[in-house]
Amino acid sequence: MMAVEERALVQPPSEVATQRPGEIEDAATLPAKVTVRNLNFFYGGQQALYDNSISIPALRVTAVIGPSGCGKSTHIRVYNRIFELYRSHRAEGIVEIDGENVLSPSTDLLKLRKKVGMIFQRPTPFPMSIFDNIAYGVKLHYRASRSEITDRVEDALKRGALWEEVRGKLSEPATALSGGQQQRLCIARAIAVEPELILMDEPCSAIDPVATSKIEDLIEILRDSYTVVLVTHNMQQAARVSDFTAFFYKGHIVEFGATKKIFTNPENRQTEDYITGRFG
Amino acid sequence: MQPRSRTHRRAADATIRVIMVPAALIGIAVLAWILWEVIVRGVGAITPAFFTELPTPPGMEGGGLGNAILGTALMTLAATVLGAPIGLLAGIFLAEFGPSSRIATAVRFTTNLLMGTPSIIIGIFVYAILVLPIGHFSGWAGAAALATLILPVVMRTTEDMLNLVPDELRESGLALGAPRWRVTLGIIFRAAKTGLVTGVLLAVARVSGETAPLLFTALNSFYWPQSFGEPTANLTVTIFNYAMSPYSDWQQKAWGASLLITVSVLVVAVLARFVIKDRKGRAA
Amino acid sequence: MVERYAIAPGAPGNASRDQSRPDAIFKWLTAGCSMVVILIMAGILFELVRNSGMALKEFGFSFLTSDAWNPGMGEFGAASSVYGTLVSTAIAMVIAVPLSIIIAVFLVEVARPRVSRFIGGAIELLAAVPSIIYGMWGLFVFAALMQNHVQPFLGNRLGALPLFQGPPMGIGMLTAGLILALMVLPFITAVTRDVLMMVPPVLKESAHGVGSTMWEAVRFVSLKYGRRGIVGAVFLGFGRALGETMAVTFVIGNSHRISASLFSAGNTIASSLANEFNEASEPIYLSSLFALALVLFGITLAFQTIAHHWVARMQRIEAGDR
Repeated sequence: MMAVEERALVQPPSEVATQRPGEIEDAATLPAKVTVRNLNFFYGGQQALYDNSISIPALRVTAVIGPSGCGKSTHIRVYNRIFELYRSHRAEGIVEIDGENVLSPSTDLLKLRKKVGMIFQRPTPFPMSIFDNIAYGVKLHYRASRSEITDRVEDALKRGALWEEVRGKLSEPATALSGGQQQRLCIARAIAVEPELILMDEPCSAIDPVATSKIEDLIEILRDSYTVVLVTHNMQQAARVSDFTAFFYKGHIVEFGATKKIFTNPENRQTEDYITGRFG
Repeated sequence: MQPRSRTHRRAADATIRVIMVPAALIGIAVLAWILWEVIVRGVGAITPAFFTELPTPPGMEGGGLGNAILGTALMTLAATVLGAPIGLLAGIFLAEFGPSSRIATAVRFTTNLLMGTPSIIIGIFVYAILVLPIGHFSGWAGAAALATLILPVVMRTTEDMLNLVPDELRESGLALGAPRWRVTLGIIFRAAKTGLVTGVLLAVARVSGETAPLLFTALNSFYWPQSFGEPTANLTVTIFNYAMSPYSDWQQKAWGASLLITVSVLVVAVLARFVIKDRKGRAA
Repeated sequence: MVERYAIAPGAPGNASRDQSRPDAIFKWLTAGCSMVVILIMAGILFELVRNSGMALKEFGFSFLTSDAWNPGMGEFGAASSVYGTLVSTAIAMVIAVPLSIIIAVFLVEVARPRVSRFIGGAIELLAAVPSIIYGMWGLFVFAALMQNHVQPFLGNRLGALPLFQGPPMGIGMLTAGLILALMVLPFITAVTRDVLMMVPPVLKESAHGVGSTMWEAVRFVSLKYGRRGIVGAVFLGFGRALGETMAVTFVIGNSHRISASLFSAGNTIASSLANEFNEASEPIYLSSLFALALVLFGITLAFQTIAHHWVARMQRIEAGDR
């Protein structure tokens, strides 16, 4: 794995301005955070994912794109087994995170979900104060003193780029924040339990454009410490923010590769059609 | 920071899951038990005579509760005729003119208070105004007490049902030049008709099983209800009196009456719930 | 929402003034009907105060504190009735509330949809059963169970506590409290279930996503989200238990003594009224019963008003600075 400084040296001078180290990387040379093999998914009797296989590189941002209903959300929801809240949903196959198959019955779900954070399409502040929202996960997983929790909360809010905006009103209800702030709260809440992988399911779809760009800036910073998988409907966002991109169509993974390549020179005809807007 | 034991957390979760099932079964078990006892103990009393004959003197076997059945039916009917129309009109006020009216807020609050007032106090109130001054118990007093119970319930359901009717319907009616009262009674009412009727039915079902309001108003009687101006036989007070008596024949009749009441109330309640849920689903 | 004053009846300059007369009548007619409730409530208060005047003048404030109840000697006090009302209601709520919440959580989070609908339906039916039926069942069936099994068991194990001393009679304060719990449970369960079903699924997924167990997610997120509805339901159940008459009258034993033991007989205001109102021969007796009714009316009114403001305050807090 290359260090930040090394990556900068490798960039051709004309592309320094765009700062996209991912453009020229080959996913195969990077360690994989998540390795999916032959994943099939069913909603009751209806199959939604067909033989998905993919390796998500560690400490990079991987975008997942595709038209509505192509299975991109379904796919990442397998990583933290959140689909199991619904009786009729079923996943078959292998999903390895750091080498351990999380679909195996012996997986410790609580530990898995601490390791994998998830941000949803709508901001989901808990019905409590800003402080309690962030502290929620910490108190779940740790026995900590009041001051330790306070430090953690402050740290998480700083990493979530929200600290300056809320530092004076931590005891106010989180629902009083704006939509964009609420979503950053959710990100900070996820960060507070020290995950390694962060899954983002169209996190900006319910947010105004200004707030969206703040979140996109945040994602860039997150990449330094976490592996990020970002499902998005917005292709420009994928192109702006991600290092790698996976294109889904009707439950299949059609193509996966460096973002720059997918968007300028895709190998697959379907990918090209989608990118150029021939179907949505 | 020390990590918290996941085993402990799981154990707490598992404990709750273990308690849950018997807790939920208590619900069905009690219902099943009550229904079972009512049916088993009461079915023996249900004979044709039960519906057609008068009670025999205490200790003597035979006879029936025809008068009480008729009395309950008549008083419930009278109470409905008395209470439902007022409730419907009041509900219209709350729904159609209500949203910005301060009177409406006060009325709503008071309606809640009235609904939360114990029914025995309603009975004592009606006793004070309709029994004491007149000097004797009467079916009218009984009907009035029941009507007082029906009124707030019908007001509430009417307001809820009318609020489900979309504003566009009102606007269309008014835009045609129809006067307010016509739009409300002719169009809105008709649109909410099923829900309104079931609201009334629900209130009636609830009220037909009430005992306390009749204890000091209609009292009870061993004779056929001739006029509402005298104490009127009814099922619920009969159950109370018979159950507390030492006569096993009377006790069995009390169970028979209980069975009759339970079946009617439950049937109406189930039907009404079906229709209301369906209405809310369709209007949503 | 459309401003529903599209036509102002009788407003000056209203071109269709001829049409507005019936509308005005309509509005006043419906308004009048809605004021009937206010008239009734005022009437209740008035009549209760008027008819309890004699007793209140006779006994004064000591009516509330005295547990004497001697019709023959004309001595009356509300203390034993108030005590019984509060204790039986407390027993009912302490048992019913946790149980209701657990059942509701089961119905929403754990049970299969078909099971949930079936048990939920049973609970709703229980709520429709008239209270006199509970009374019948309580007296003839449940009391026997209490007398033969539950009370001896409690007496053996916990007999050191004055709460569980004395002979098992089947009827009494504990039985009354349990029957009340059974009556209040369906309502609180139904409302809590409805409230939990309205929690947005993404919120639950968020709680689980961060690593909560089912119970942790329910306890810290779902129940918190619906706390206003649940608190409202608990208040309503409490209010209902305070005034419940027939079920309690059958099983509480009608004794005007205050006793520490839950096995002993007692009375509530409602049960005393039911049992004694028609027997009250002397004017002072009747007036005392009216006074009891006034006390109950006062308690329920006060309670409902507190509940209303509590829930309204919760709503304001939840809305925050929005």
